[in-house]
Amino acid sequence: MKKEKLNIAVTGLNNTDNPGPGIPVIRGLREAKSFEPRIIGLAYENLEPGIYMKDMVDKTYQIPYPKSGSDVFLDRIKYIHNRENLEVIIPNLDAELYTFIKAEYELKTLGIHTFLPTLQQFEERSKPNLNAFGEKYGIKVPKSKPIAGYTDIQNLQAEFDFPVLVKGKFYDAYLAYNNEQVINYFNKLSSKWGLPVIIQEFVRGTEVNVVALGDGKGTTIAAVPMRKQYITDKGKAWGGITIQDPNLLEITHNLIRKTQWRGAMELEMIKTIQGEYYLIEINPRIPAWVYLAVAAGQNIPEALVNLALGKKVKPFEKYEVGKMFIRYSFDMIGDISQFEKLSMTGEL
Amino acid sequence: MKIKSNIAISDNGFMFDPYSGDSYNLNATAVAIIKLLKEEKTRDEIIEDFVRKYDVDTFTFEQNLDDFLAMLNHYDLVEQSS
Repeated sequence: MKKEKLNIAVTGLNNTDNPGPGIPVIRGLREAKSFEPRIIGLAYENLEPGIYMKDMVDKTYQIPYPKSGSDVFLDRIKYIHNRENLEVIIPNLDAELYTFIKAEYELKTLGIHTFLPTLQQFEERSKPNLNAFGEKYGIKVPKSKPIAGYTDIQNLQAEFDFPVLVKGKFYDAYLAYNNEQVINYFNKLSSKWGLPVIIQEFVRGTEVNVVALGDGKGTTIAAVPMRKQYITDKGKAWGGITIQDPNLLEITHNLIRKTQWRGAMELEMIKTIQGEYYLIEINPRIPAWVYLAVAAGQNIPEALVNLALGKKVKPFEKYEVGKMFIRYSFDMIGDISQFEKLSMTGEL
Repeated sequence: MKIKSNIAISDNGFMFDPYSGDSYNLNATAVAIIKLLKEEKTRDEIIEDFVRKYDVDTFTFEQNLDDFLAMLNHYDLVEQSS
């Protein structure tokens, strides 16, 4: 049977040592059994490696950062849509999600489908709200506190035992052993990601992650747990392995049922030596290690596209335990003419 | 003491714990002990088996075996008796 052709736009082509999820998502889409994708890459920077990976991305357009304003952003998407007839967009970066969620209706009227969490889901799991989220949905969360200035730092010792984690609003986390280090990381993170900066109790244990997909009605369509085996100095997984952890899957299923989660998510948990699980973060999008889930038998990007198009998707029931991923770096050769075309016309 | 049922061990001594994702390289002695544990042999039966088959005295083997069993427990590789 001939597969349906779909034009799918994907962001997060920054396949660097702090990788965006774009290329792993595209790899999943390219292996889809239910459709044949034409991939439109949406890039913020000229040197995002995915732009130059011609077997991955069919055509790339530069887009403005969401901070340029949603009108400018949406005008550019409309321009691309007029040329490419986009059917689905998969945004993969935290900083752009708010804009895409807000624009969901407008995009849909143009015929562009997304499958993202609701604004309420997006807000309530955000780092500053994580404690309240844990209480509401009955899940253990390390004590966290959003801080906005030096005065808050002076009072930390009364509320937290050191070390503490100092986390940026969207990305990055550092372990601080005293107030001086907190001030240093506070300055670094607030200048990069803005305020607030989040202070989080440091829970000792093993970090375990789950990539999951909810249908928005309480059903878990996909869920694959992974343990990082090799971590870069930026705290990113450079190697990982699928694990069999029934408790972690139960937590995931419960959370998706209670929150009626819509779209992909990455649950970051700490499993303590006593076997307790603490939720440290929910990323409301597909993580960069999603291709491991595809290889283990759950093609999450394909399922997400089908859900976005309103198709019925049967939940995955199994995955292979012991599948591993190991990242590597690779020097692609490009030509100045490609860079010139992208810089001058915003397209490649 | 019983090794968790889905822990996989290959003949060359590679052991994989699917719960944690950890893997271990075992020497021949450790593989032999694990195999006996998988057959649900008791500590005393393992000691008897080793002392009979190998050139080792009971006292030395007991000490080494207890260290090894404690290590298996530490890495959460054994069923916890209720």
